Amino acid sequence: MNSFTLTQATAADEAVRDLTSHDGAAYLGGGTNLVDLMKYNLERPSHLTSLGMLPLADITGLPDGGLRLGALATNADTAWHPEVEKRYPLLSQTILAGATPQLRNAATNGGNLNQRTRCYYFYDLAAPCNKREPGTGCSALTGPNRVCGVLGTSDSCIATQPSDMCVALAALEAVVRVQGPDGERTIKFQDYHRLPGDQPEKDNTLKPGELVTAIDLPAEGYADHFVYLKLRDRSSYAFALVSVAVGLKMNGDTIEKARFALGGVAHKPWRDQAAEQLLEGQKPSPDLFRQVAAKVFAEAKGYGEGSLHNSFKIELGKRAIVRALKQATEMQYEVNPNAFLNSNP
Amino acid sequence: MSQTIATPPTVRLDTDVIGRPVSRPEGPAKVSGAAKYAAEFSVTGPLWYGYIVSSPIAKGKITKIYADEVLAIPGVQQVFSHENVPSLAWFDRSYKDQVAPGGSPFRPLHEPEIQFSQQPVAMVVAETFELARYAASVLRIEYDVDEFNTDLKAAASKSFDAPKGKTGFLPPPKPKGDMDAAYADAPHKVSGEYTHRAQMANPMEMFGTTIDWLGDGKKMKIYDKTQGAPNVQQYLTKIFGLSKEEARIISRFTGGGFGAGLRPQYQVFMAVLAALELEHSIRVVMDRSQMFSMGHRPHTIQNLRLAADDKGHLQALEHTALAETSQFEEETETVVNWSGIMYNSPNSKFDYQLTRIDVNTPADMRAPGAATGSFAIESAIDEMAYAAGVDPLDFRLLNYTYEDPTENKPFSSKRLDACYHEGAARFGWEQRTPEPRSMRDGNMLVGWGMAAGCWDASTQKAAAKAILHADGTLVVNSATNDQGAGTYVIMTQVAAQTLGLPMAQVKFNLGDTEFPEAPIQGGSWTANSVGTAVQNACQEVGKKLLKLAQDMDDSPLKGVDFEDVQFANGCLRANEDVSRSVAITDILAASGEAKIEADGKAGPNPANLLKYSMHSHNAVFVEVKVDEDLGTVHVTRVVDAVAAGRILNPKTARSQVLGGVVWGISMALMEEAYLNNDLGRYVNHNYAEYHIPVNADIKKIDVIFVEEEDHIASAIGVKGVGEVGMLGVAAAICNAVYHATGKRVRELPLTIDKLL
Ligand SMILES: Cc1cc2nc3c(=O)[nH]c(=O)nc-3n(C[C@H](O)[C@H](O)[C@H](O)COP(=O)(O)OP(=O)(O)OC[C@H]3O[C@@H](n4cnc5c(N)ncnc54)[C@H](O)[C@@H]3O)c2cc1C
Ligand code: SF4
Repeated sequence: MNSFTLTQATAADEAVRDLTSHDGAAYLGGGTNLVDLMKYNLERPSHLTSLGMLPLADITGLPDGGLRLGALATNADTAWHPEVEKRYPLLSQTILAGATPQLRNAATNGGNLNQRTRCYYFYDLAAPCNKREPGTGCSALTGPNRVCGVLGTSDSCIATQPSDMCVALAALEAVVRVQGPDGERTIKFQDYHRLPGDQPEKDNTLKPGELVTAIDLPAEGYADHFVYLKLRDRSSYAFALVSVAVGLKMNGDTIEKARFALGGVAHKPWRDQAAEQLLEGQKPSPDLFRQVAAKVFAEAKGYGEGSLHNSFKIELGKRAIVRALKQATEMQYEVNPNAFLNSNP
Repeated sequence: MSQTIATPPTVRLDTDVIGRPVSRPEGPAKVSGAAKYAAEFSVTGPLWYGYIVSSPIAKGKITKIYADEVLAIPGVQQVFSHENVPSLAWFDRSYKDQVAPGGSPFRPLHEPEIQFSQQPVAMVVAETFELARYAASVLRIEYDVDEFNTDLKAAASKSFDAPKGKTGFLPPPKPKGDMDAAYADAPHKVSGEYTHRAQMANPMEMFGTTIDWLGDGKKMKIYDKTQGAPNVQQYLTKIFGLSKEEARIISRFTGGGFGAGLRPQYQVFMAVLAALELEHSIRVVMDRSQMFSMGHRPHTIQNLRLAADDKGHLQALEHTALAETSQFEEETETVVNWSGIMYNSPNSKFDYQLTRIDVNTPADMRAPGAATGSFAIESAIDEMAYAAGVDPLDFRLLNYTYEDPTENKPFSSKRLDACYHEGAARFGWEQRTPEPRSMRDGNMLVGWGMAAGCWDASTQKAAAKAILHADGTLVVNSATNDQGAGTYVIMTQVAAQTLGLPMAQVKFNLGDTEFPEAPIQGGSWTANSVGTAVQNACQEVGKKLLKLAQDMDDSPLKGVDFEDVQFANGCLRANEDVSRSVAITDILAASGEAKIEADGKAGPNPANLLKYSMHSHNAVFVEVKVDEDLGTVHVTRVVDAVAAGRILNPKTARSQVLGGVVWGISMALMEEAYLNNDLGRYVNHNYAEYHIPVNADIKKIDVIFVEEEDHIASAIGVKGVGEVGMLGVAAAICNAVYHATGKRVRELPLTIDKLL
């Protein structure tokens, strides 16, 4: 870790000014990802603009019936917020499926959106990695890549965006509010993260200096038919191999509206609107779910066989979609393989 | 065995503290943070910090080190590398520690050649930890990269018979009968290849060393993380030409070792090097990724062929193994022998080969060899039982042996049958329906599987000193270790009971080379070896006490032999008539002695070794629930029945077995160091991506100790419990998964993808 200077900003515009007036500066949220990266010498910011004092930790209702999650609200405070628990249980469940209580107590919503990939090689200075050092190559293409993606990958990077929370935010069609040197703007959640293409070093569509100030949830929270199914190598404290966040609106036994997104498979929470449409107006059935799952993975590409390589995620992802849709329509959890949720009701 | 934990005997004085579930005396210090580990000791003067730089390449040569750039940073004291290491011991034998395998031990910073990825290549010493870490991160080193191979399968054609040379290694048993013919003729047969890749011991506490440079010649207090202070001392004195007084090793607490601390690790070498060169106190601690550069449980491929007759009697048994080793040492484990010890087959064949790849030398990791071997043989026995149409438990009972077929010797004791029966009863095995996929819980498939294991009951040379003070307090010292297993408490119990003193009056000290020598803590031999030495030392004190008691005026014990007295409730008294009693403090007071001291020793009994095969045993029963669509496996219930001789402390022994079961679950379902053969490097080198179980993965675990005492295996009747508990767990889980799903998985870990 290198030496750095640090400013405690107290207002969003001040934070943006502070960051843009220093070369090589970074925003510091809860630090659970950034400080690790600094210890690994992957990030070497010479200045940190600390966001801890910004008045952006509130969770407040919006006039359109939605809910605004402050960027500095912690993941824990968000997950346990009564309005979130009641109206957006999918989001609560998703946040609680991630990391550990200690990490969630420190992690902020803004930081969660901007956490970097967990690709092994990104964290290992001895390994070539285009995301960390553009042009050096991608060690994951042929090496162990169990943690990597099968959808929307490119020859230069197959990394995944690792957040659980973001999978729910994608399904919920949240909107990200940002403030930058040129003022404020909003970004639809599905446009916030990007695919690697030939610029894997860019995780998202933030412009230089832009700060996430809040995340707006629309009024619909799918509180009656939702599920977050997370498949991983142990029951907690592991990133998703494949995860599915589903929100449905049912009308009798017909699916009126369907939103779902996948984690662990792509450089962004993966939504497939055409697949969602296949569900709408239909009656739930295993065949329908399988058809939807096949549609999502139609273009998927695996990178090698065996347990160290990720081709298995294609089949696993399909099965996870089928199961998650079934659970969300039935709202039955007795076969939920998510032991963390099972054991901590 | 009841699982309730009795309160420690604080007031009631009784000779009978051995066998009671008393708590560790050091427990409060550990949970309150007062217990100091190697990297937490303070030193007399200022302390400098060393940070190790690890090689990014697997093979090649260092061509340039830009040390000057780093030395220019204010506060950086020195950069050590092969360029400036002073000339040290020359011969390999100086670098061989007590458990070194054959070959040439790795010498840190000795030469520019790189032999494995993450090899330590330099160490930066600076005035603060942060500065040392930063300077290490900017130290530029250039390498010439050579071709390498880290793929065991690619090197398989160059395999060779595992050589003898490592302490404790048993070469494969001799063949019997005609394996191939018997296999060909038998009505029921199975064969399979069983694999696991590298696993890392990865104890919670990082390997670290703090050296207090005492400013008196080369005298140092070396606080080291190790499983054996004497081993570290011998290693350092040989290499650096130091006397024992100069290199005192202190290791009061060890935050887990699991084998990683058996051999001295490179941080202690580098710390001593820096302290001597700079004549300064120093601390060197590895980081988590460097913990993946030390020895590991080796990637091993095993092949088994079994055949049985129509009644289920084994007719043929072949067990072969191929394991990795480094280019410079031949790490050997006893892998295939266990099959031969557990099951008697008239025709058998065994083979154990090594092959070299470009990695660091593998190392003993909890139940080394047996964890590997028992996974394969106990899976294969299950397959064999199914092929022969016999219940897996019945099959094991049918093929039970009261003699060790590999040595044609009786067992000193073997209560594996009791483990089978008591374990099966507790588990409810008789309610099992044998067909795969026949048991369900809702939408989950349920599987019940079982397996067994055995481990050496060996005694090593050990010594202890007992000092009884006039006030009746007893201090016992031995340079043994406590990596969390409970050495402190069981030795306190043994000493207290031997001299009939309340435990609160007894202090046991360990982890200091000023104390009498004891073996490294491994192999499940501490309780028997050091326990016997402690008992002997205390008995010697007792003999002196009796003599002094008999010298007292009006002594009630005049003419009584040592065999006819007992120590109880702080008194020495006659067996025949306990009212003929003298308080120990009165004896000392009358004698005028301030203290009585005696030494005690223990060691293997050569006569018994010739006559008997000595082993501990266990039987494991497991329930799994499998979500077949998603490939998830939950181990919902485990019963582990253990026959390990006398149990000195059922509470700490139970903890050992619980930990063993958790480890077995970990081995079965999660653990694997991912080796990238393009980079020649393990890539998941952190706790986030190298998976071990979390609490939510661990459900009900039931531990049974069957009644057993074995005074042939050791004078105090103990066989050791550290390793045996994890044996068979991985196989039992795979067998249970087969029972649940009909799918046989022969490659660990059994991750989601393997059941899709
Ligand atoms: C061991 C471990 C296990 C984990 N497991 C999981 C898991 O299972 N699932 C999961 O979802 N997550 C997991 N996490 C990740 C965790 O959720 C993230 O580290 C956390 O959400 C990051 O939030 P933070 O506030 O600490 O971010 P920081 O570390 O402070 O920042 C992360 C990045 O975001 C930037 N940033 C921070 N705030 C803002 C802002 N307001 N605007 C713009 N940029 C900003 C920073 O500059 C930095 O680049 C795990 C983390 C660890 C260490
Ligand atoms: S997948 Fe992306 S992050 Fe991983 S090594 Fe390749 S470029 Fe780097």
